[in-house]
Amino acid sequence: MEALFASAVGVLTAAGIFLILRRRTFPVILGLSLLTYAVNAFLFATGRLALNAPPVLNKYADVPYTDPLPQALVLTAIVISFGMTAVIVMIALGAYLSSKDDRIDMKAHDSVDAAPGEDV
Amino acid sequence: MNHWIIAPIVLPALLAPFIIMVLRYHLDLQRIFSVAGTVGLVGIALTLTAQAAGGEIQVYELGNWPAPFGIVLVLDRLSALMVLLTSLLALAVVLYAMGSGWDKRGRHFHPLFQFQLMGVCGAFLTGDAFNLFVFFEVLLIASYGLMIHGGGPVRFKAGVQYVTYNLLGSTLFLFALGTLYSVTGTLNMADLAVRVADLPTEDTALLRVGAVLLLLVFCIKAAVLPLHFWLPASYSLAPMPVAALFAIMTKVGAYSILRMYTLAFGPDVAITQGLAGDWLLPAALVTLAIGAVGILGTQHIARMVAFAAIASMGTLLIAVSLFTPQATAAALYYAVHSTLAAGLMFLIADLVIERQGGRIDGMTPMPQSGLIATLYFIGAIALAGMPPLSGFVGKLLVMDAARDAGDFSAIWAVILVSSFITIVGLARAGSLIFWQSHDARHNTEPDPENEDKVIHLPPPEPMPGLTFSAVFGLVAGLIGLTLFAGPLMEYTSSMAEQLYTPQHYVDAVLKGGEQ
Repeated sequence: MEALFASAVGVLTAAGIFLILRRRTFPVILGLSLLTYAVNAFLFATGRLALNAPPVLNKYADVPYTDPLPQALVLTAIVISFGMTAVIVMIALGAYLSSKDDRIDMKAHDSVDAAPGEDV
Repeated sequence: MNHWIIAPIVLPALLAPFIIMVLRYHLDLQRIFSVAGTVGLVGIALTLTAQAAGGEIQVYELGNWPAPFGIVLVLDRLSALMVLLTSLLALAVVLYAMGSGWDKRGRHFHPLFQFQLMGVCGAFLTGDAFNLFVFFEVLLIASYGLMIHGGGPVRFKAGVQYVTYNLLGSTLFLFALGTLYSVTGTLNMADLAVRVADLPTEDTALLRVGAVLLLLVFCIKAAVLPLHFWLPASYSLAPMPVAALFAIMTKVGAYSILRMYTLAFGPDVAITQGLAGDWLLPAALVTLAIGAVGILGTQHIARMVAFAAIASMGTLLIAVSLFTPQATAAALYYAVHSTLAAGLMFLIADLVIERQGGRIDGMTPMPQSGLIATLYFIGAIALAGMPPLSGFVGKLLVMDAARDAGDFSAIWAVILVSSFITIVGLARAGSLIFWQSHDARHNTEPDPENEDKVIHLPPPEPMPGLTFSAVFGLVAGLIGLTLFAGPLMEYTSSMAEQLYTPQHYVDAVLKGGEQ
């Protein structure tokens, strides 16, 4: 199970990094989403993988339990990455609508010639 | 428990939603509340600094859950000073943003500004590594909004790059935290210190991987070469008052390095010995060199100041990477100086940009050049580290602390040569902007071809009194830093002493749990 899980995280990460290195914003955002899936799965596994074990202690019986903290961490990470993805979609949409192209790289004159605060 | 510790987080956290929900159509009220909140933050920060000055480390347990089970906020001398520095810079920036009318050029400047303060103060105060991640995200998500404040296609494009880069950084942060948690089973910084010290030296490759990943994340925030690519474009295309506030964000990275690599992976811990310093020092040297070359090479004043910010981070991290108490004291003094100096220079850059566009080409007339040239001169002296201002003192302290280091000749050479390049670069920009162009108002002999280009403008700021009081406030801060260099240096030395005796920190946090 560990090997399967680890290779799933690895494949997600590799695909995410490949997509982030694309030149248009849409694949880059998809790549970021894949990376956050990878990191969420990875965080979940940091408490060790256990099957059919509840994340609570049982004081009446000696039953197996799994570490609840990574699950809380994953929940936080999911919420944050979800919000961040929404933000970057909105900003990328703003960039696309105002400059009429969705390339993520900037033209050479964008950074030097255009004064900050000046609409080109 | 001392409830003042959480006040710098709660105050902006309550103020921001109040402004956005109740006052969203009343700019004047927004401004009043935002300034009042920032002044309140300065007051709170002063109280905290006074409480921390005695050297007692205070712990605030959120929800009264004892550490390491709950999240703790920790107040020591270092975090108190950083919160104070944040609040002072924020006060200057909010006054400037109002005076220059930047807060009117887009919506929701003030709430985002308060959320940014909440994130920065939280990052300085927290004693939990995952909570540090959460506060990083709070300050980042507010900074995304502030960065694209005012809009425009170029700024949006730079914003997409900035957000992408930082989301990658956040993902890396989570990978690092997950790795550390899987080895140690804790994310509380003090508990982490205890567990890391107890681990056997063999079979800890995973822990070292986690420590290096964490260092990479903080280096992204601190804009250390080769992870600095996000900084020049995003700082130079952000609104300049926002960039001035961002001067504290790179310091969050430097602070986190200092905190984690003195507490959990300190110089005495055998497992990670030399891990941070050995990698950080060459990177910091290259950062300083590239920053200085960038200052000389740019065509725009905003980009020039952005490279100056990179160069100052280089100097700061050279001192940090030595990991000795003396060098850390020098680094902390230099951190205060470079935050104020970079903030000042970004505000002066905005004054220049509002008047002539900011191109360093010697062609564009510059109205009101006398006063702004003087301010630029002061800012350039501070930033380049020339006497008599505090940059000189800071660099001297850093070089003095590097004297005991093994490769001090390399450090001295890089600092001195890059200071020289910085001076040349700043002088080039200043003379092209202020001297080789003519003052528009005194243009007695208009060139017939360019006659229609001559500008007759009043100061572009709606409230020049506020903008200039903000700028002069920062200048006064730099002068104060120079005059009181002695007492301040003693204070930063006591801070460094506190950092290098992590046992006090650990005792304070974990004993707090037993009560």
